[in-house]
Amino acid sequence: MRRLLPGWVGWPQLDPALLLGLLVLIAFGLVVLYSASGGSADAVYRQGARIGVGLAALLVLSQVPAHVLRIWTPWLYVVGMLMLLATWAVGTGRSTDRWLDLGLIRFQPSELMKLAVPMMMAWYLHPRALPPDWRSILVAVCILAMPALLIARQPDLGTALLVAASGAFALFLSGLRWRVILGLAGLAAAAAPALWLVMHDYQRQRVLTFLNPESDPLGTGWNIIQSKIAVGSGGVLGKGWMNGTQSRLEFIPERHTDFILAVLSEEFGLLGVLLLLVLYLFIVGRGLWISSLARTTYARLLGGSLAMTFFLYVLVNAGMVSGLLPVVGVPLPLVSYGGTSIVTLLAGFGILMSIYGHRNFIR
Amino acid sequence: MRSMTRRASDITLTGHLAVPVSGSLRGRRPRHPLKDQALEGRQFRTRALIAFAVILLIVLLLALRYVYLQVVAHEEFATRSADNRVRVVPAQPNRGLIYDRRGRPVAENRPAYRLELVPEKVGDLEQTIRALGGIIELPADVHEEFEKQRRRYRDFDSVPLKFNLSEKEVARFAVDRHRYTGVEVVPYLARHYPYGDLLTHVLGYVGRLDADDLARVEEGNYRGTTHIGKSGIERFYEDQLHGTSGLEKVETNAQGRTLKVLERQAPNHGDDLVLSLDVQVQQAAWDALGDRAGAVVAIDPNDGSVLALVSKPAYDPNLFVQGISVADYQAILRAPGRPLVNRALIGGYEPGSTIKPFIALAGLELGVISTETRVFSTGQYFLPGLQRPFRDWKKGGHGSVDIYGALEQSVNTYFYTLARNLGIDRMHDFLAQFGFGAASGLDLLGESEGVLPSTAWKRGQFGQPWYPGETVIAGIGQGFNVATPLQLANATATLANGGTRYMPRLLYASKHAGDAQAERAQAPIALQVPVHSPPNWDVVREGMRLVVHGARGTARAIRPEPPLQIAGKSGTAQVAAQALDEDMDDSTAAHLRHHALFIAYAPFEHPTIAVAAVVEHGGGGSRNAAPVARAVIDAWIQQSAPQTEAAPQNAGAGGSP
Repeated sequence: MRRLLPGWVGWPQLDPALLLGLLVLIAFGLVVLYSASGGSADAVYRQGARIGVGLAALLVLSQVPAHVLRIWTPWLYVVGMLMLLATWAVGTGRSTDRWLDLGLIRFQPSELMKLAVPMMMAWYLHPRALPPDWRSILVAVCILAMPALLIARQPDLGTALLVAASGAFALFLSGLRWRVILGLAGLAAAAAPALWLVMHDYQRQRVLTFLNPESDPLGTGWNIIQSKIAVGSGGVLGKGWMNGTQSRLEFIPERHTDFILAVLSEEFGLLGVLLLLVLYLFIVGRGLWISSLARTTYARLLGGSLAMTFFLYVLVNAGMVSGLLPVVGVPLPLVSYGGTSIVTLLAGFGILMSIYGHRNFIR
Repeated sequence: MRSMTRRASDITLTGHLAVPVSGSLRGRRPRHPLKDQALEGRQFRTRALIAFAVILLIVLLLALRYVYLQVVAHEEFATRSADNRVRVVPAQPNRGLIYDRRGRPVAENRPAYRLELVPEKVGDLEQTIRALGGIIELPADVHEEFEKQRRRYRDFDSVPLKFNLSEKEVARFAVDRHRYTGVEVVPYLARHYPYGDLLTHVLGYVGRLDADDLARVEEGNYRGTTHIGKSGIERFYEDQLHGTSGLEKVETNAQGRTLKVLERQAPNHGDDLVLSLDVQVQQAAWDALGDRAGAVVAIDPNDGSVLALVSKPAYDPNLFVQGISVADYQAILRAPGRPLVNRALIGGYEPGSTIKPFIALAGLELGVISTETRVFSTGQYFLPGLQRPFRDWKKGGHGSVDIYGALEQSVNTYFYTLARNLGIDRMHDFLAQFGFGAASGLDLLGESEGVLPSTAWKRGQFGQPWYPGETVIAGIGQGFNVATPLQLANATATLANGGTRYMPRLLYASKHAGDAQAERAQAPIALQVPVHSPPNWDVVREGMRLVVHGARGTARAIRPEPPLQIAGKSGTAQVAAQALDEDMDDSTAAHLRHHALFIAYAPFEHPTIAVAAVVEHGGGGSRNAAPVARAVIDAWIQQSAPQTEAAPQNAGAGGSP
């Protein structure tokens, strides 16, 4: 049996701490989801199925050493880009054309890019002397900007942001010099007005509403206001599981998807929120720790970037729910219902597991 | 790709030696001049540490934000959350039911559905109403009506758009319901009048509450109320029928739909009312009038309760409950005979000869005449200085008659003489005791006072002196005299019971919601007519008996089977200025014919009913109005045991012979 398979296939060697953190988070998430979906066991089963698929992806990827991934990386990136272009051309979808219908399954190429972009970034930077020189930086920026712009066009600002950020994080971890970082940040700030011009009306509206939600309490400000009411009314201990009135009475919009944290906050209070934040902090920290154990640049950059991107989900979502950030369609990672993001995220953790399992590989 | 990978591996293997190798292939400029794995590892760890520190900081900031929301601002948000879900809505009391004296429901509440709309929840009002018009038939003026109603409600209250939806409309809406946020079909109780136009002029109707109505009720009590009594009993007893509104604290979802009732302060439902009216008697009067315009009022002389109150033509009150369409309203307005006018209450007629019994009583009580007094009727009566004679209805006169004969045959000359001797002011004062010239005080609004002339009245009204000729015709109820059917009936009842004048009552009893027993309503006594000599009353009553039972009685045609005896008096009210003939030719053009009047009470010995009937343009009173009165009396007497029962379940009980 063993001889039929490549030599690197063996029993899974998973990081027990990271796995435990993930499983506790997922379990907590399912408990909240049951309440947020109005006591729908069906929603929990569906979510469970997705998690099952995600965990399977995690197990498989944990067996693939980083250097094998690295070989596939450019192909994955190219295929992802082609699919993005295809989506642009023949996309199907409800209001936005982010889905690609492949006959059997409908697929969101942008989800693939969440992995492909940091992989490509790591692949590109891997053989180069770090910190990268100007030319490398330019190429790297192109690697992250091309898919990000295509995704932003779909329009899916949240995913575009995450994709771009995952690349940027890899660049940051590669040791980009501070003055370059500051320079790029300055450039981004200067580009903000230009961004405003190319934004869709509803995106602009979201930003305006974020700046002053009370200006339109029943229209676009509704989400933010109701979400804040849910969070605030939860208090320290919360209203209790299944007892959140804001959630049960449907005052919280998208309450089992993007705004599930509002439900959690309302029902489990500040304690629940702190528990969640600690879990996330632990998972991200562990991810960074694992990455720093790796012996290759590719593994380090990829692992570190995935961990940081994971945190960016948390920041954007928790900031949105509490009214700190504008409403951007970013789910609470591993807790929000649906989407392919759970599979992608768990696949990412599969890569981290692989880095952990093959930490002594120096190839 | 493969070569690249291999090369990268090489670098990795040799990285710590810091050997530049890239240039070895194809002689290019070294692309990757330096690759120090150990250094990069350290550098990565530094960066990762920085990243983690930043992440830690951000987590702290996020935590602080949640601490702020959930601890510092918790109170405020908790309140807003409670406001969000809990809404206080008024609980509408059920309107009291109305029964007739035999327990027949005459105004009931039927389960129905209405369409309601919450302006706040509806995005485009115009568009929504237009779309709704596709599945539900909305009245043409729905917009104006809606705007009118809307002012009463706050934006998040629901405003009724249409009442009494048909089953089809309810079903059609149910299918499309998801398309209409903020629009709902709500069950309610709709007022219904099973007897339709038969009781319109008594019951009146309820209609949509408007600003004018709100001015006369306590607004808080009507928050959830959509209909209010607009006329008739429904209006007069509005406070009792309406009850008091309760409160419901309900939990609503974001769409405003009520999910559950958290707390309920039950409304006090309106009182059920029992009317003294007997639908069967009412129906008899209605049928007897046929398609002629007129009015009938029947009163129980023993307690002043109203047994029947008919005004014809009438209209269907149910049309007004749902909000009458312009076309329907125009039709009622244009209908011949003015159906909206309640003739029993505000129809002013010359009482004509029906006033004679009262004039006779005045003469006897004031000592102007006695049973011995006789007057010779030649058919003409002259006043000194006047060329034109006052006539009797019978050419050549009735010869010598006493008071009995004068009443039996309705001899004008007798009363011309009597009136002359009484004088107008004494007549006025005496007749006023029977309620002429004043509102009777019935429990309905809008009653007119009629006219009971006197010298003072004429001076006040016209600034003119009184002429003797006017006294003469006042003696036979002509001239300035105007009485309503209600006044005539009540005066007759007062005469029948020996002088107790009640303020007639339609309300017989009322029952508070939850009470087992109905509370009897008593007609207040307006006046106890002072009786100088009881035999005088018997004289007049005997005269009235002879009208029906005497050999020459003007209404002998309606004489009933023994042992029942009826006392009555016919009358004719002048329409056109032409000579009065009691038995006028029926071929006279209808609108020129006189109004036929008849007053009566029965049974003669122990009266239980007093009736006044007016048939407009009927012609002679005895021939045309008397049969109507007789039909009413029959219907009433037929109920052998006219035991009034307040409890509805006793309806129809009591066998008739």
